[in-house]
Amino acid sequence: MDQPMVGKAIVQDKTYFLQMREHPWLSIGSFMFILLLWEGVSRMAWIPSLFLPAPSSILSEGWTMIKTGILFKHIFSSLSRILWGFIIACSLGIIAGILIGSFSIPEAVGNPIIAATFPIPKIAILPLLILWLGIGEASKVAVIALGVFFPMVINVYTGVKNVDPLLIKAALSLGSNRARIIRKVIFPSILPMIFAGMKLGIGIALLLVVAAEMVAADAGIGFMILTAADLMQTNKLMVGLIVLSLLGIFFNWLFKKLEHLVIPWKQ
Amino acid sequence: MKVLIDHLSKVYADRRGESTEALRDIHFDIRDNEFVVVVGPSGCGKSTLLNIVAGLLSSTSGQVVFEGTQIDSRPHTAVVFQDFALFPWRTVLKNIVYGLEERRIRGQQQQEIARRYITLVGLQGFENKYPHQLSGGMKQRVSIARALANDSLLLLMDEPFSALDAQTRTLMQYELSRIWEETHKSLLYITHNIQEAVFLGDRVVVLSRRPGRILDIIKIDLPRPRGEHLTLEKRYLEYVDAIWGHIKNQAREAMEETGG
Ligand SMILES: Nc1ncnc2c1ncn2[C@@H]1O[C@H](COP(=O)(O)OP(=O)(O)OP(=O)(O)O)[C@@H](O)[C@H]1O
Ligand SMILES: [Mg+2]
Repeated sequence: MDQPMVGKAIVQDKTYFLQMREHPWLSIGSFMFILLLWEGVSRMAWIPSLFLPAPSSILSEGWTMIKTGILFKHIFSSLSRILWGFIIACSLGIIAGILIGSFSIPEAVGNPIIAATFPIPKIAILPLLILWLGIGEASKVAVIALGVFFPMVINVYTGVKNVDPLLIKAALSLGSNRARIIRKVIFPSILPMIFAGMKLGIGIALLLVVAAEMVAADAGIGFMILTAADLMQTNKLMVGLIVLSLLGIFFNWLFKKLEHLVIPWKQ
Repeated sequence: MKVLIDHLSKVYADRRGESTEALRDIHFDIRDNEFVVVVGPSGCGKSTLLNIVAGLLSSTSGQVVFEGTQIDSRPHTAVVFQDFALFPWRTVLKNIVYGLEERRIRGQQQQEIARRYITLVGLQGFENKYPHQLSGGMKQRVSIARALANDSLLLLMDEPFSALDAQTRTLMQYELSRIWEETHKSLLYITHNIQEAVFLGDRVVVLSRRPGRILDIIKIDLPRPRGEHLTLEKRYLEYVDAIWGHIKNQAREAMEETGG
């Protein structure tokens, strides 16, 4: 006769694998490993250094550029374009988004305009902007502002449309009028969307500043990369790419910190 | 002061032209210092009624009139919502002073008023916490304090405790009863819980199922202060039974209608 087996089974947590463990050393280690591999490959001269210079020689090139101050000149040019474009785009984008989201006439007027202009790649507008504003700073700032404006205005508009109607009712019942509801309920509600717009926007701004500087400029990271390529100075070109990576990381970090500071109620 | 709810009706019309009759000819009044409870089955139009009284929804016919009010800066109503409706970006204290800010009351005085109501609802020590750091019962205390601080002519509460667990709910009923006995605000309170209605109210307005009509208005003649002891008293149970009778009939009709 078949006797059923008697035993015991301990219940296991089946969701265990969902708790993704952190491996900080693996992250650092693998990064270092790739750098070392790269260094090794370049030293052995398997790949000509014109195509892929060694990390060490890129670093020393970077160090020279820092000492001569030329690197900061380029960074400063690019940053000031980004900053102006970014500030203009964010302020206009927030104002326009709130207006379009809150009032029916701006919505009726603004929505089709945005729908029609949003799909145009902003870099394609640069020649037109140069025609209008000249080859100087204004056209570059304008193209960055255009690029950052759209994600901002769309994010803010979506945010306004999704404000909890109960909170608006609560504010109305406590005596707020429309203008004060915008300031005291809608604005704080959409802050997370504004930050999301800024994070999207900074990536676009970096892209556009480089592109604009490659079209027409006498300074800036994009200009520096283009001239380095023309002169076959791959080291210098690589320094430009690293600076762009660092700028991106820096802005992301900055916006994260700012968000924590400005939105303390979102643990 | 008297608030007259004058032959109020409400028909919702949606975009496809279909209409839902939510309220039919609701007529009663709320007097000074009176605690009026509206009780009725789910979906009978209780929230609709409260929103119209609060000025957050327009009626199809009929009106709400505040009679004998002095022309001053006191707001007509303040609402305690079922889902608290606290501003997540404001601390407890800042939530409570919201209405005072809108009435341009000086900062110093705002603080004094807020502290008074924080003490009344028992939230000392939580002034600077954000809503997400509070339990459901505490959030509703904040919401009640915010409404009280606004010093309106009429307080409105829409099932304020129905999002809470049963134990917290019972405790909050005692608490509200105590707070009301200290303040004696005119209050319109909405619930579908019959025991709660009898325990809290001076008068109970019983609504039918949708479209909501008034089936009965029952004066609750029970002594105050009301506390836990009340729920065992014969007269309390008789009131509960009377209202349950009305509601039971409604439910039976509903079942017969659907053939269930
Ligand atoms: N905006 C709306 N458009 C159309 N119909 C609605 C709308 N709001 C409510 N209704 C309908 O009106 C009726 C009454 O709704 P109401 O929310 O006032 O009921 P209630 O008594 O508060 O219900 P509950 O006890 O579930 O909160 C319901 O049948 C509901 O479907
Ligand atoms: Mg309701």
